[in-house]
Amino acid sequence: MAMEVTQVLLNAQSVDSTVRKHAEESLRQFQEQNLSVFLLSLSGELAGEDKPVDSRKLAGLILKNALDAKEQHRKYELVQRWLALDVGVKTQIKTCLLQILSSPVPDARSTASQVIAKIAAIELPQKQWPELIGSLLSNIHQVPAHVKQATLETLGYLCEEVSPDVVDQDQVNKILTAVIQGMSGNEGNNDVRLAATRALYNALGFAQANFSNDMERDYIMRVVCEATLSPDVKIRQAAFECLVSISSTYYEKLAPYIQDIFNITAKAVREDEEPVALQAIELWSSICDEEIDILEEYGGDFTADSDVPCYYFIKQALPALVPMLLETLLKQEEDQDLDEGAWNLAMAGGTCLGLVARTVGDDIVPLVMPFIEENITKSEWRQREAATYAFGSILEGPSPDKLTSIVNVALNFMLTALTNDPNSHVKDTTAWTLGRIFEFLHGSTVETPIITPANCPQIIRVLLQSMNDAPNVAEKACGALYFLAQGYEDIGSASPITPYFQEIVKSLLSVTDREDAGESRLRTAAYETLNEVVRCSTDETAAMVLQLVPIIMTKLHQTLEAEKLSSDEREKQNELQGLLCGCLQVITQKLGASEPTQYAFMQFADQIMNLFLRVFACRSATVHEEAMLAIGAVAHATGPDFAKYMPELYKYLEMGLQNFEEYQVCAVTVGVVGDICRALEDTVLPYCDGIMTQLLKDLSSNQLHRSVKPPIFSCFGDIALAIGENFEKYLMYAMPMLQSAAELSAHTSGADDEMIEYTNLLRNGILEAYSGIFQGFKNSPKTQLLIPYAPHILQFLDSIYMEKDMDDVVMKTAIGVLGDLADTLGSNAGSLIQLSLSCKEFLNECLSSDDHLIKESAEWAKMAISRAISV
Amino acid sequence: MAPHDLRRPFKRPAISDQQRRRDLSLLRQKQNRLDAQRRARCLASSVLSFQSEPKPPSQEQSHFELELELEIEPDAEEHQGPATTYDVRQASKLRGTEARRWFAKQLMLPEWMIDVPPNLNTDWYVFARPAGKRCFVVSSNGTTVSRLRNGILLHRFPSALPNGARINNVSRSSQSYCILDCIFHEPDQTYYVIDMVCWAGFSLYECTAEFRFFWLNSKLVEVGVCDTPSTFHKYRFATVPVYNCDQEGLQTAYIGPVPYIKDGLLFYNKHAHYETGNTPLALVWKDENCSEYVIDTDSKGQVPNQQQLVLELQDDGRLATSDDPSVIFGWLNEDFIQKTGLHAGNLLRFAVNDGGLSFVDGKLEKADLQYLGQSNRARAFADSYSKVMFQYIVRHSPLKIEHLFASIGPLGDGDIASHDVEMAA
Repeated sequence: MAMEVTQVLLNAQSVDSTVRKHAEESLRQFQEQNLSVFLLSLSGELAGEDKPVDSRKLAGLILKNALDAKEQHRKYELVQRWLALDVGVKTQIKTCLLQILSSPVPDARSTASQVIAKIAAIELPQKQWPELIGSLLSNIHQVPAHVKQATLETLGYLCEEVSPDVVDQDQVNKILTAVIQGMSGNEGNNDVRLAATRALYNALGFAQANFSNDMERDYIMRVVCEATLSPDVKIRQAAFECLVSISSTYYEKLAPYIQDIFNITAKAVREDEEPVALQAIELWSSICDEEIDILEEYGGDFTADSDVPCYYFIKQALPALVPMLLETLLKQEEDQDLDEGAWNLAMAGGTCLGLVARTVGDDIVPLVMPFIEENITKSEWRQREAATYAFGSILEGPSPDKLTSIVNVALNFMLTALTNDPNSHVKDTTAWTLGRIFEFLHGSTVETPIITPANCPQIIRVLLQSMNDAPNVAEKACGALYFLAQGYEDIGSASPITPYFQEIVKSLLSVTDREDAGESRLRTAAYETLNEVVRCSTDETAAMVLQLVPIIMTKLHQTLEAEKLSSDEREKQNELQGLLCGCLQVITQKLGASEPTQYAFMQFADQIMNLFLRVFACRSATVHEEAMLAIGAVAHATGPDFAKYMPELYKYLEMGLQNFEEYQVCAVTVGVVGDICRALEDTVLPYCDGIMTQLLKDLSSNQLHRSVKPPIFSCFGDIALAIGENFEKYLMYAMPMLQSAAELSAHTSGADDEMIEYTNLLRNGILEAYSGIFQGFKNSPKTQLLIPYAPHILQFLDSIYMEKDMDDVVMKTAIGVLGDLADTLGSNAGSLIQLSLSCKEFLNECLSSDDHLIKESAEWAKMAISRAISV
Repeated sequence: MAPHDLRRPFKRPAISDQQRRRDLSLLRQKQNRLDAQRRARCLASSVLSFQSEPKPPSQEQSHFELELELEIEPDAEEHQGPATTYDVRQASKLRGTEARRWFAKQLMLPEWMIDVPPNLNTDWYVFARPAGKRCFVVSSNGTTVSRLRNGILLHRFPSALPNGARINNVSRSSQSYCILDCIFHEPDQTYYVIDMVCWAGFSLYECTAEFRFFWLNSKLVEVGVCDTPSTFHKYRFATVPVYNCDQEGLQTAYIGPVPYIKDGLLFYNKHAHYETGNTPLALVWKDENCSEYVIDTDSKGQVPNQQQLVLELQDDGRLATSDDPSVIFGWLNEDFIQKTGLHAGNLLRFAVNDGGLSFVDGKLEKADLQYLGQSNRARAFADSYSKVMFQYIVRHSPLKIEHLFASIGPLGDGDIASHDVEMAA
């Protein structure tokens, strides 16, 4: 048997696909027939010092995959399956794996490390395998270096896999002690030191208590800082990674070390090899991230109860930090703009400079201006590009007051550079900088406009001219135009874009037709800019927006003509269809927003829907998200006439609702069902059986991403509101579902912020469902069907009120439900309502809310209640 | 354990347009859901029944200006016909006769005070009525329209009312409309808001006056409707000070200074809902001190020697008021009807002769009337009973302000009455 497994594992890696498939099939059968024996033989294979490395590695990999999966549902199944195995079998496998850590073969050790960590991730939370950490650490000082290295690597994986709360502080201390000792300069073996340093990176999350102890923290910090000076570049890089992680995880503990950290990083940025220097810059970027978060959260207003105070490390380091970052800007690589994967010192430095600007605001301007002035006119392109990039980087953060006068001077220079600079790098950065100027300093909220009637024509002319430049430059010019248009979205009828609307649209369309539009994301950028120009257009150009419809339709039609596509071509077709459907969606939404244009749009509705249905038909099993999104806009624009598309559309709706894997598609489809309900009202009835069945299945599935569940509940409300008392037949399915979800979401004790946020989304969905159902049944003779549910709903309102953690949206919806309940049930529920907490304290709290939507709903509820109890 | 990827977004906008498309779609769907919800919440109460009459006499239009002089008269009308219901937003699109009939039906019309209601001091509000044109102000779809109570368009203008002006990019909800009950006061070109019927799509029809006045005062200030006029807010709006009808309140309403010309006092029952047509839960009263127009004038502005009234001729020759049920003031015999060519539905003008009006047990028993002719064609409705009675007692034994004060009393009879009720309960 054992011999056989080796051969099968080797065959499974054969270049001959027939051999490979046959081997894979044998492994699958083996696994299904007897899991215990299968796993045992895999661990035996991995342990076999006489076996080929390739079969050992694959054995370990299959073993690992039998314990964990990315997909949550599958992961759960695998965990349950492992836990259900015979204890003897599991012990045998685990013992075997621990022995492999002493193997002379590095790949075998490393694979075993990972498998051990996976088992630990399953067993430690169950209080099983308590001896694991002890046995790993028991003789770590006496073992040969390669075993020490494997043990530390195992600890590293273990810390990555296991949650800190399932490991005792006592064991954490032991792990950290072993890891720090392995990292220290006394450790002569570099492999051991590297493994220890990488292990520390994962173990940092376990070290809360140790970082609160001054002595222990000092010791850890000293060892980490020393490791950044190691002669081995990998150790230095790993040590800087630890420092980056510490700077965000333990930001509030950094003060005593910040000067040393600056010295170490400055040296690394200037002298060390690029991978190390990049980590050193990243350290400052992550401190910026921390301070930006803190400053945003508290708005600079610190009180005793602020969780984390801001230590203003960036502000203090500014005079030294900025020159260091500016130096990096001059270290550009040729053609970095053409390489999607590029990441170098200049890019990292400029990005960090941008973060520094956001952190400190005005203070950065005087430190950067001399650099810009000195370099922007130099003959060497690197200097001009660096100066421009520095300027572009500091546009977000400082106040418009500080920047406006500088930008006014720079704007002309930039426009000239974009037209005339001989270097494509410089042009790329210049166009990007113009985009940043328009993004941050142009728009209705900015007091002194940068763009005036005098310079606007020139700006547009230069940007449109750049549409013919190299793809990367043209893409940035599109971006600049995007923000230029966006800045006028609130302007009303007198948009300066209006006279150029046609010319802009023409240019953008010709960009999408460029041969090289596939490079540098150019085609996507052009369509996105077109979308924004359309979104921000005014009534004056409505006729031209309408003219775009047949143009985009023709393009979409062309994508449908192509036949026998290769998979690569199919992907491109799919992407292009996405852009075109997206564009049609934006246009439809724009035209559908006002009555006259909505009417004019109707002439195209049949053709558009026909195209969308054909886009759906292009694919076998999945639904095109963008087409679905666009269909929602069409349903909204056409209203009741949409009914004629339903017979053909229905199957795609069903397909979309069944798409658990691409949950965005499912979510979009749920939203579109809502649009259709509002458009069709009770004529949607014939489709409701199918839709409700699918929605109920979605809710019961634990494969579907949880973010889709709240909108599904809201969709119940949309359906009920559309079909009124016909919702009767779904009550027996929907109500228990709502009720159990309500019970789950009533209390949030012990949940983190993210969970509370989700719970509130869920509550809102549930409440919207109740609202829709009550409103749907209003004035119906079947109202009494809802009476049995009233006590539970009132109780739900009371308990979320008592929980005191609902957000404003939930508050508004909840008080509205109280009104709907009173409005629909009237005197039938009068006494019940009077017994509830919600109709007193909660209602009063909402009545005195500052949020006018809450107040409005509360006033409505007050009226409805007074009517219900006065009758 | 390989080094971790530390690349950050470079020269890229952080938000993708695809995400923006999703977000904007979600936003639209949310807004549409909110609209649908609002519509559902308002529907039952804002659909107002409308009795449509198919015959539109086209020339009637030109005479409407004439009715303005009679505008201050609280009248009501009675029309039979197939019932049609319009939502107020649909109604705001009605034109001509349809619009006039619809709007005429929608205002709450106070009766004239011919005796003092009980509990005046506890259950009633009082305020000085501004002199001017009673009208509905409706804001919807980015514009504001005011219509006189005969439906004639007074102004179309932008206002700061919800959905009352076309301000770009505010996502306009078609459901978000307002209806205010106003009096347009010419001298200062101001709309004095005397009641609120719908606010931002929420119907206030079924709310008590107490609640409506509270809301009116807080909401108008909130949205800045009472601010100085500007491009997007053409006319000034103002609220009218409303008092509890106790000694002090009545006194203030009666003689206190107001920025407008007074035309009598209005009394609103605090617990009454907004009821369209004639209601005894809102009352109007005047004397020479608080109104320039106490006794009706003729078309030349002169006070006639004899009281005049307009009654509707019915099928059987009876002469009826506009009330529901109507009050019969007398009969015309068939010969007379044939001779004069009158027919049912005609509005006829009469003078009250020296015989006057006689009452038995508070009910009209006999009226000594003299036929004068058909009324002005612009008149749509006969007089109401309370109006005839008020005009009658003004000429004979007016209900004086002293009577009103007396009924309130220093302690207030109403208080005692309510104590009784409490003890009985």
